[in-house]
Amino acid sequence: MIRTEELLLNVGPQHPSTHGVFRIIVKLDGEIITEATPVMGYLHRGTEKLAENLNFTQIIPYTDRMDYVSAMTNNYVLVHAVEKMMGLEVPERAEFLRLIVMELQRVASHMVWWGTYLLDIGALSPFLYAFSDRERILQLFNELCGARLTYNYMRVGGVKWDAPEGWIDRVKQFVRDMKTKLLEYDDLASGNEILLSRIKGVGTYDAQTAIDYGLSGANLRSTGVKWDLRKNEPYSLYSRFEFDVPVGKNGDCYDRYLVRMEEMRQSLRILEQALEQFPEGGETMGKVPRVIRPPVGEIYVRIESPRGEIGCYIVSKGKAEPFRLKFRRPSFVNLQILPKLLVGESMTNLVTILGGIDIVLGEVDC
Amino acid sequence: MSEEEKQEGARPEGARAEGAQPEGVRAEGAQPEGVRAEGARPKAEEKKQTEGSPAEAEAPVRRKETDEEKAARRKAAFEAREAAKAAAAMAAAQAAKEAANAAASAPAAAHSAAPGAASADGQAPPGAPGAASPGAAAGAAPGSSRPGVAADAAPPPPPPSPNRPRLDRAVQLLRELVAEDAVEEAEINEPNDHLPTIVVKNERWSEAARLFRSHPELNTNYLRNVSGVDHETHMEVVYHLLSLDSGHGYALKVRTDRDTPQVASATPVWQTANWNEREIYDLLGIDFPGHPDLRRIMMPDDWVGHPLRKDYAPLDSEV
Repeated sequence: MIRTEELLLNVGPQHPSTHGVFRIIVKLDGEIITEATPVMGYLHRGTEKLAENLNFTQIIPYTDRMDYVSAMTNNYVLVHAVEKMMGLEVPERAEFLRLIVMELQRVASHMVWWGTYLLDIGALSPFLYAFSDRERILQLFNELCGARLTYNYMRVGGVKWDAPEGWIDRVKQFVRDMKTKLLEYDDLASGNEILLSRIKGVGTYDAQTAIDYGLSGANLRSTGVKWDLRKNEPYSLYSRFEFDVPVGKNGDCYDRYLVRMEEMRQSLRILEQALEQFPEGGETMGKVPRVIRPPVGEIYVRIESPRGEIGCYIVSKGKAEPFRLKFRRPSFVNLQILPKLLVGESMTNLVTILGGIDIVLGEVDC
Repeated sequence: MSEEEKQEGARPEGARAEGAQPEGVRAEGAQPEGVRAEGARPKAEEKKQTEGSPAEAEAPVRRKETDEEKAARRKAAFEAREAAKAAAAMAAAQAAKEAANAAASAPAAAHSAAPGAASADGQAPPGAPGAASPGAAAGAAPGSSRPGVAADAAPPPPPPSPNRPRLDRAVQLLRELVAEDAVEEAEINEPNDHLPTIVVKNERWSEAARLFRSHPELNTNYLRNVSGVDHETHMEVVYHLLSLDSGHGYALKVRTDRDTPQVASATPVWQTANWNEREIYDLLGIDFPGHPDLRRIMMPDDWVGHPLRKDYAPLDSEV
């Protein structure tokens, strides 16, 4: 007789496919997962606790380190929350710069996702293409604020640095190039039969489940729910631009893939319009009190990060430091559905499904 | 010391944190060039400083003088550390002065900070103010809430919030369908896009949550965020809800005392609450009866204390 038993397998925390230090303990029956228990906290730095002893300008670099693949949107959610609380006006040029860097960041972030996702599944070359394009965005950011990853670019009331000479033209050039590149990437991968067989129909859930689990971003939209905060609860200048919100139908990994690919095209569309309308001159910092003290009260502000709804809840007691600062991190919330999706899947699909959710561990653990 | 100077003093620390940044760099991983280039920059600068004429001294010299370089670097690091320490000391002195003032006015608060770490949930010293306040809150609530809402709704001259009818309707539904005393406070949070904010009585919370989820008029099918706040006199859990169909949002708050903080779990109503509540349990020590799997999520399983509490002091100060 063949002896069979359940196998307990530990994946991570040091595993390339977990995109950071994520650990998951899976119970296997043959190759089929019967139970999955995620373990987190390896990257927990206590950002929220640290923030309670820092003033708001000092907290901005900490937000860079949450979702380090998309630091610009993290910057924005914090400064936007404080500005809203204090009723500050942001000069138009600064707001344009913010919007441009956020959309560039979205493309860069999705490019990282696209490259690493295909790498997870076994395609090496897309990763190299993706990172060379992302490199161009990082260089643009580097010219703008002197950093490649953790920018610390935005400030309460504006942005730290104005665009250098010729920067806008270089972004325009990039947008033009990127549009053709995206077509190339679709040719290269999107219709690839091996890719389709790996991700089509894998990790499927319906709209109701997605809403129940509070999923956001492409994870929610892949089920057909048309919910994008840039459209539904417009912030910044998004209401001025034309763009579509791509949605999927089946809620599987393939639809998530397609939604993200389309989102990049829409971001480029927004960028084209924003660069066209970019104001000639003007301030990049609004009138801000020397010490930033939001009035007593609380606020919850949310924006659409590449990974979904990133939120910032501030409780202020009128001091320069927040009394309580809580971030709603989309990766953390989106990851909750993973154990449910994995049950009954084969071990091979673990990486496919995890990659499809698109998490950044710095944000999960915060 | 003025506020500005204080900020100046604090800056070296911020700079150090930025420079260290191990997670970001390591996780980035796939970018060795960038990391290396960044790492090399300070070295090159120091070389210029130590060697005087950088034009002649190129690659071969660099190898020979690594020791000197190292020493210089160490010295620079040491100086930076000293400067930071001095700044920290100044800040600490300031803080101590403030603390002394605070202690004079509120001895209980200062007292509670000391032995904090030892106990996870049951603490003696903070118990005193903790026990006093919820009673006060509960006592004040039934009296103040109803007439308070009525008074707010009727007389004030400033234009009523566009969301006022929604708030009133939600309060009415809660009173009719959950319990007469279900609402402790209700207000419009104006800076936050006129967000209707309701404080729900702790005992009525799970029914209220179910009502918000299932009532066709409220239909808040999407739980955006759950936050725990330690208000020092009491704990509060804040649920930010949203109806994806109508786009209407609500903030619901549930208060609990600090000694045995308890809020019924919302996980059976919204799956999203699951990890959020685990996080709040982990960091603030609030118990969520009815939660399917209430374990620590961020801190190690054997961690003592709940770090986000205001009176938290680490068990081991070295960590």
